[in-house]
Amino acid sequence: MQMLKKITKQQIFIPIAALLILAIFNLIADPSFYKITFSYNSAGQPVMTGNLITILDSGSELAILAIGMTLVTAACGGQDISVGAAVAISGSVLLRVLCGSNTRPETLQAPIIVAFLVSCAVAMLFGAFNGVLVAYFKIQPMVATLILFTAGRSIAAWINNNELPVISEPRFGYFGGYIPGIPIPTPFFIAILCIVVAVLLLKFTNLGLYTQAVGINENSSRLNGLNPALIKFLTFVLLGLCVAVVGLIKVSRFSTINYSVIAKDIEMDAILAVALGGNALSGGKFNLAASILGAYVIQFLTTTLYKVKVQSDALPAYKAVVVILLVVMSAPVVRKWLAGLGKKLTKQVKEAV
Amino acid sequence: MTDNKKVKAVRKTLSDTNLLLTITVVVFFAMYIGAIIFQGKGFLKPQTFFNILNANAALIISACGLSLVMITGGIDISVGGVTALVSMCCAVYLDFHQGNVFVAALISLAIGLAFGVVQGFLVAYLDIQPFIVTLAGMFFARGMTTIVNNNPFNVANEEFVALKDTRIPIPGLGSYNRAGTYVDAYIEIGVVVALLIVAVMFCMLRWTRLGRNFYAVGGNSQSALMLGINVKRTRFLSHLICGLLAGICGFVYFMHVGSGSASHAKGMEMNAIASSIIGGTMLTGGVGNIIGTLFGVLSLSTIQNIVASAGLDQPWWTGITIAAMLCLFLVIQSIVMARKKRAAR
Repeated sequence: MQMLKKITKQQIFIPIAALLILAIFNLIADPSFYKITFSYNSAGQPVMTGNLITILDSGSELAILAIGMTLVTAACGGQDISVGAAVAISGSVLLRVLCGSNTRPETLQAPIIVAFLVSCAVAMLFGAFNGVLVAYFKIQPMVATLILFTAGRSIAAWINNNELPVISEPRFGYFGGYIPGIPIPTPFFIAILCIVVAVLLLKFTNLGLYTQAVGINENSSRLNGLNPALIKFLTFVLLGLCVAVVGLIKVSRFSTINYSVIAKDIEMDAILAVALGGNALSGGKFNLAASILGAYVIQFLTTTLYKVKVQSDALPAYKAVVVILLVVMSAPVVRKWLAGLGKKLTKQVKEAV
Repeated sequence: MTDNKKVKAVRKTLSDTNLLLTITVVVFFAMYIGAIIFQGKGFLKPQTFFNILNANAALIISACGLSLVMITGGIDISVGGVTALVSMCCAVYLDFHQGNVFVAALISLAIGLAFGVVQGFLVAYLDIQPFIVTLAGMFFARGMTTIVNNNPFNVANEEFVALKDTRIPIPGLGSYNRAGTYVDAYIEIGVVVALLIVAVMFCMLRWTRLGRNFYAVGGNSQSALMLGINVKRTRFLSHLICGLLAGICGFVYFMHVGSGSASHAKGMEMNAIASSIIGGTMLTGGVGNIIGTLFGVLSLSTIQNIVASAGLDQPWWTGITIAAMLCLFLVIQSIVMARKKRAAR
């Protein structure tokens, strides 16, 4: 009993429990869900396909965003809802640099790494814009990012004059697809790289500690010599970096862009991943591992919903129900009530015995 | 000496609500006059102004609801989704089930009320962040719309089409069309509904106890609690009324466009929030005015008309202008707040 309590109190317990529930549901509904097959893709390379691989593949984008979103949530007590639009912008910048003025270039006009660095800079600039509004003008994060949420896709279309550049260079497709000879999708490796960098960053700098301090009590952290505005600003810039990486993966997947569809509703999934990781959405302490696991669980849920033939347009409705259930379960009022109920029940059981 | 006093008195009357409201009204008139001067005669016709009203009646209604929620210190971004859901449900009911218009109106009210009650309960009594709750509400409503019906279609119900095409002429403000015949200016039924709601909300917020409670809770919920105001119920009511208005907004929108589609009212929540903010409602709560919201909607749509008639008709300009304007007013608010804090010190 003691042990059970200890396990359920762990923050990472929530996403693991959710994962188990989903896994068991799929096992009962359709065991073939877990089948992984080896096959050859159109380029003649051996690749693994199957639902689990899809989850690893698409979940990785979400996991990368969840890293940044967790930091923003922890420091500001609010979420950035402009990430989808920002992904569109950074992807558009990437294509603009790669293609130059021609929308269908025979060869790349700039090395991929240069284009990526430019898109990183732009994404971080937009992150900084959000960060300035939140940290220095003290506007609620969600409302401040609402500006970019509306304007973002318009800006993305504007960067490329509303044209849809296509890149024919096969090397560019590696980031969102497969590197020749390796059967596991590349986004997974990129996600691992990002996670390692994030962990090292948290381990060797005080960023994690400072972020939590600012999130828990801004005033007392200021009195302790921190600069809360700067920390908040930094978290938004870091989220911008994560956005740029996701932009690279997203654009690389199809070697082109669709401004109104790319990374659609991804902000919802990223927030959901943070919430599912058991992090308080009102800021404060955070657990990065739980958020990342949460991201993969969300993708698991999405894939499961597709499997039971839910239309992609209707997906948000189901996810919204999951969000509401999650936040209701984690609301302090409900927790108190549940704890009271549990005590009452055990008391009754004891009396009956 | 007396000058100084005068300045102080002016400053006092210009505090918070009034200052922001004045900025909005001035901006609106400046923009409209600027449009008349630089864009030519189109803006001189009264009908241009009435067309702005006709096209934005639904937005006025939803912005009123949003102002109320924001005055109480919350936010609701589900209004656009609810509008789409309502128009789709009404369209399906009228077209596929041969329903009558009155029941359709009741359906839209019920949907709005349901969203208001659930969101209000979650926000007020379970103490969950309003943004998360209404974000989920927005996604739920948008998802449900496609579940109800996936394809956009026009409604052919005769009763409804008659209602949709009803025009209320305004005598004396007409103009001569190209053929030289005199045409009366007109407004649609939705405009009457919207103005009625503005009037009711204005009176409610200014002169009833409930209305003052909204301001008290938004200004400082702790002190409101100390004064014996039922903070939770007030919050609940603000979301309930906002949901109800979103339902009405959905029906008015439906009357204007006459079709059901999952992509209806896209970004309406954004426009409604923007017009509330431009109208001088503070995001931090406790400050706001419904008349300001009305002017906020008018300014927003005027600038859209100006952008469109200035030849910048590519689709992305609308989003960028609204965002820029919103950003500007947010920064003004933040500066006003900072000054107020310094003055209080």
